[in-house]
Amino acid sequence: MNEMPNFEQAKTMTESKISAKKVQVYYGDTHAIKDVDIEIQPRSVTAFIGPSGCGKSTFLRTLNRMNDTIDICRVEGSIKIDGENIYDPKVDPVQLRAKVGMVFQKPNPFPKSIYDNIAYGPRIHGLARSKSELDEIVASSLQKAGLWEEVKNRLDEPGTGMSGGQQQRLCIARAIAVSPEVILMDEPCSALDPIATAKVEELIDELRENFTIVIVTHSMQQAARVSQRTAFFHLGILVEEGLTQDIFTNPKDKRTQDYITGRFG
Amino acid sequence: MSLPYILIALLVLAAAGYIVGRGKALSSAGGDSRELHSLPGYYGWNVVVSILVPALLLLIAWLIIQPIVLDSQVSSKISEETIAASSLDLVMSDVVRVAEGLDLAVSKGAMSADTASSIRIELTDVRSRLGEIGVALGSEVTAETLRAAQTYRSISGTGLLLRSIVVLAAGLIGFAVAVLRTNKDFRARNVVETVVRYILIAAASIAILTTVGIVLSLIFNTVEFFRLYPAADFFFGLTWSPSFGGGSELGIVPLIWATMYISLIALAVAVPIGLFAAIYLSEYATPHVRAVAKPLLEILAGIPTIVYGLFALLTVGPLLMNLFGSGGALGVSWMSGASSVFTAGAVMGIMLIPFVSSLSDDIINAVPQAMRDGSLGLGATHSETVKQVILPAALPGIVGAILLAASRAIGETMIVVLGAGAAARLSMNPLEAMTTVTAKIVSQLTGDNDFASPEALVAFALGMTLFVVTLGLNIFALYIVRKYREQYD
Repeated sequence: MNEMPNFEQAKTMTESKISAKKVQVYYGDTHAIKDVDIEIQPRSVTAFIGPSGCGKSTFLRTLNRMNDTIDICRVEGSIKIDGENIYDPKVDPVQLRAKVGMVFQKPNPFPKSIYDNIAYGPRIHGLARSKSELDEIVASSLQKAGLWEEVKNRLDEPGTGMSGGQQQRLCIARAIAVSPEVILMDEPCSALDPIATAKVEELIDELRENFTIVIVTHSMQQAARVSQRTAFFHLGILVEEGLTQDIFTNPKDKRTQDYITGRFG
Repeated sequence: MSLPYILIALLVLAAAGYIVGRGKALSSAGGDSRELHSLPGYYGWNVVVSILVPALLLLIAWLIIQPIVLDSQVSSKISEETIAASSLDLVMSDVVRVAEGLDLAVSKGAMSADTASSIRIELTDVRSRLGEIGVALGSEVTAETLRAAQTYRSISGTGLLLRSIVVLAAGLIGFAVAVLRTNKDFRARNVVETVVRYILIAAASIAILTTVGIVLSLIFNTVEFFRLYPAADFFFGLTWSPSFGGGSELGIVPLIWATMYISLIALAVAVPIGLFAAIYLSEYATPHVRAVAKPLLEILAGIPTIVYGLFALLTVGPLLMNLFGSGGALGVSWMSGASSVFTAGAVMGIMLIPFVSSLSDDIINAVPQAMRDGSLGLGATHSETVKQVILPAALPGIVGAILLAASRAIGETMIVVLGAGAAARLSMNPLEAMTTVTAKIVSQLTGDNDFASPEALVAFALGMTLFVVTLGLNIFALYIVRKYREQYD
């Protein structure tokens, strides 16, 4: 752990969970993210909004080094989680991703049973010492994801046979099962209908109690409904970041105002 | 008018039809193509298909029917005694040969057309006159053969003339009808697209009908074989020792055993190597390596199997002899000759590597990136992701690939002939020479055999057995692939 305290930051806000400084991301020759500085608060929901191609998803993926899987992608600057730089060569990206879970745009359950989908992470990381412990992890993850009542009698059916909304909540349960501290969500509701979306949003609100959540969304209403803080990205730049109600009612930047009033994007 | 000229005439007619049809459609719309139902070209093509489709169908029908009619007309002129002396087929082939000789003589100017149709055996030595222009006849031409040949010529001449007239008339009628129907509201595009659909259907049915034809030809001979040789002895006999003098034992068991044994060894070589190569290429290799390595691996698939056979015979066999043969490096004498089940199996396995790897590679690549992301996002390593998510998701496809490779192995011939030996034997030792069903089909049908003997007909029964086994494997492979294909989306 990096023990160097950041006094300036400590004065202005509570200890942040994620602290990004001067982050640059390049895809080959394209400079996709420019000079992003952001502090993300623990046990709260932070929303990234912005028009398509503004870099919000790219930035989200730097937070658990998912961009490592893309050959031509290069990240500069520092991103600290709990004070530890995640781009330090000593950090194992695989361990990092266990701590910073991710939920994707399209529900992507594995072609396995519901039970095996949830048990996948705990098995890989050796979190359960016995079958009964594993059963417990599966049950509690499904409970936290609000899916237990719907699936408790069909845990051995394939996860791919569920409805889209259920699949997405299954993916959230799968992420919870490895007890991460941070959950990144990349437009988790864009493939869902309004009813399923409402359920997932309700779930995100409940999860805030135990997890730090960062969500990328195209829907400004969704950002307003679920998040405490909002960051607006435009053309790879973090334009404005602040409390959600401030961003939506009293934006400081002209571009933010134009975007939330629907003038572009 | 001979066939090429008819075809050329039809094509010229069709080209003219295209121009006329297109022109008429345009002029009916006052030169404004926006007024037309379809693009102007469709009206042209509509005329083309109206000319070609009926004309060509008639032509094909004529080509099939005329020889049948001709045959029955001419053969009715041949007396019973002549047929009894040899056979109808032989007499008819003589007749056709004389008729063709006369045709050639006329076209070379050695005989006038009148002479050809009126010469009599009593007046001219037909055999020597035809011999002068290079048509050799096996026996003296009898008066009856000559008369039949002349009838043959006259009927076929009339037939050819009629054929030209009928086919060209059909083309012209099609032309006229299509042009008359052409006006700006005529739905030419729909007509052309219907015709295209039928052409596609025809192409697909040719492939299917060929399969049916192959099966039928096998079935007739197989049934014939089982009339001569008891089926139980064939399917359960443990000895294979055909002798053309009679008293053969034609048990399929040693052959099936060797076929399965060699295929198993081949798969044991090909499946792990091919699968691991596919995983490396699709999951770990950089794009540069992949761009070079994949085509190189697929070159293996392009090598003719006879070359693999030589490799087995000249390299792998002696190498195994040096290891396992008497006086070999291991000091055991398990192997008595370079040909063995293991030699053939190993080389066949090498042949199958690109099969397994190429198909598996495509299948692994088809697993959605979302699966990989999902697993990596949970903190799984790359190899955990491959082992626990990608391979299970790709498994049905991989099983399909393996089964296709298996049916390829079962049907393989040349590697077996050169690598495994020719002795039919029932043994567990993989270093002994054995031989497979396919290799025996070759040896039973090559050489001067009596085609009516069970020793030759057994080849069809063997082929049928093989066909059923590989067909079953292929159907099973397709079933597996289909059943699990929609597991991920």
